[in-house]
Amino acid sequence: MSKLAGWLKNPGVLAAAPASIFLLVGFAGPLLMVLGYSFMPSKTFALNSVPTLENYLSVVSDSYYISFFWSLFLAALTVILLFPICYPIAYGMAKLFGKWANLVTAFVAIPLLISENIRLFGWVLVFLKGGILDGTLQSLLGVSASGLLYTVPAIVLGLVYVYLPFMLFPMVIGISMVPDSLKEAAFDLGASRWQVFREVELPLAMPGILIGAILTFILAMGSLAESKILGGQAVVMIADDIESAFTFAQNWPKGSVLSVMLIALSGLIVFVLFRRIDLDQIIGRR
Amino acid sequence: MKTAGSSHIARKLIWIWTYAVIVFLYIPMFAVILASFSTQRYFRFPIQSFTTKWYTKTLESLSVRDLLWTSISVAALVTVFSVLLAFFGALAFARYDWKGRKLYQRLVLLPIFFPQAVLGLALLLWFSALGITTSWQTAVFAHMIWIVPIVILIMSIQAYSFDPALEEAAFDLGATRWQVLREVTLPILAPGVISGSIFAFLLSWGNFPLSLFSTGADQTVPEWLYAKMVSGYTPMVPTLGSLTMSGAVLMLLLVYLFWLATGRRRRQAQNSVSSDD
Repeated sequence: MSKLAGWLKNPGVLAAAPASIFLLVGFAGPLLMVLGYSFMPSKTFALNSVPTLENYLSVVSDSYYISFFWSLFLAALTVILLFPICYPIAYGMAKLFGKWANLVTAFVAIPLLISENIRLFGWVLVFLKGGILDGTLQSLLGVSASGLLYTVPAIVLGLVYVYLPFMLFPMVIGISMVPDSLKEAAFDLGASRWQVFREVELPLAMPGILIGAILTFILAMGSLAESKILGGQAVVMIADDIESAFTFAQNWPKGSVLSVMLIALSGLIVFVLFRRIDLDQIIGRR
Repeated sequence: MKTAGSSHIARKLIWIWTYAVIVFLYIPMFAVILASFSTQRYFRFPIQSFTTKWYTKTLESLSVRDLLWTSISVAALVTVFSVLLAFFGALAFARYDWKGRKLYQRLVLLPIFFPQAVLGLALLLWFSALGITTSWQTAVFAHMIWIVPIVILIMSIQAYSFDPALEEAAFDLGATRWQVLREVTLPILAPGVISGSIFAFLLSWGNFPLSLFSTGADQTVPEWLYAKMVSGYTPMVPTLGSLTMSGAVLMLLLVYLFWLATGRRRRQAQNSVSSDD
């Protein structure tokens, strides 16, 4: 009883309970189960067999590492491309735009609330043979641009397009945490613009930039729609492999192993980088 | 005052770049809207003749009504349940100081950082292991795994600006915990609740990867659009796409207007409660 009274006085535990229990059942549970299935013999549909490592070995022998490589490569490329695309905008939103920053935020955020596959379908219409780009070029210049869809660059464009806000918004928070006075002090001490950027602005903005980069990287790693809608059969990403193992092949242990490896890889990156970040400082900065 | 090295030209370039990227973000939306008005069965550009017949066809289609009804039911339930869970979740995240808070903050946000397709498949496995047949109700559950943490994050931003002294003052004046929640906490968090609800509704409305594996025989609008994009294309794809986009934008606009209308009152209320500002 005294414990309950204590909880009512400082109800943090009580307030955290509903969401925590919900996520325990709906998030931790399924993931533990996937972990369990990853140790079951191929094509079993129950967890009562003797645990085995055969699925983990088959990841190497069945060349699944190729789709892992593609996913890693495309996710890394997305982050690398998004950094220079987002930085000027993030800088503008944090330091220059003033009251217009809210409007820019709204314009960048609205697409997030529209279904990803409608937006990707729009790009299909742009790049299609006889589509907007091809049709325009043909009628204006007589040049054809028909081979763009279902290629790796099309997937990269899709990834950059879809994940831009995820990179941008944390970056804005990061850059706005850099006090102008520090930069001015550095200038007064004779630092060049590049030095101020590299030695003052970038390190201080790093927590926000890192969060954006991690978020983008992980979501792009596990993305499915971009490679399916814009990539056709150009590249098989790891989420594709996981889907076909679970659905067409009806091989739960195989799908589970691939999921576990994707989760482990992403989780490792999140945990290593998150340990250095204080969420109170970033979310509650005002 | 010399603002750290950003000259006039640099400022201009940053603005131009921002405009360009915003245009880039909206290109596919305009492409979809354009395609929905084309007479031809298969999209070709430049468009020869324009029509609104696909809109009539789409709006008259009974299967489209089913899709819309499923999507709206899922999104509405997701919104209600997510906001309820996230309201308390956000208080635990930002307002109260308790022992497990730092750990809770990290764990509760994990689903956002998680590939949705993989989460959907893991849930499919989970449901079938528990003997639950997937339908639109299980999709509500699936969407919430991803949306509750997002709403917690959104509401926490509001909850951080919360002055604990207000609650304490109410307690000192003899209010019960329930009264404090209803009369102090809820009104202060109201803006967070509203923006959290909008995000919950629209994110569920547009979600594809989670729905794909959790709706079973039922189908939401994004699932139908994807199925038709891959095989059996019909001009109803861009048409229904345009309609759902307009629905989302209209909803945001209405909320924004409501926001403007109540803004004056809210500011007055805020000025009267926060004395230290």
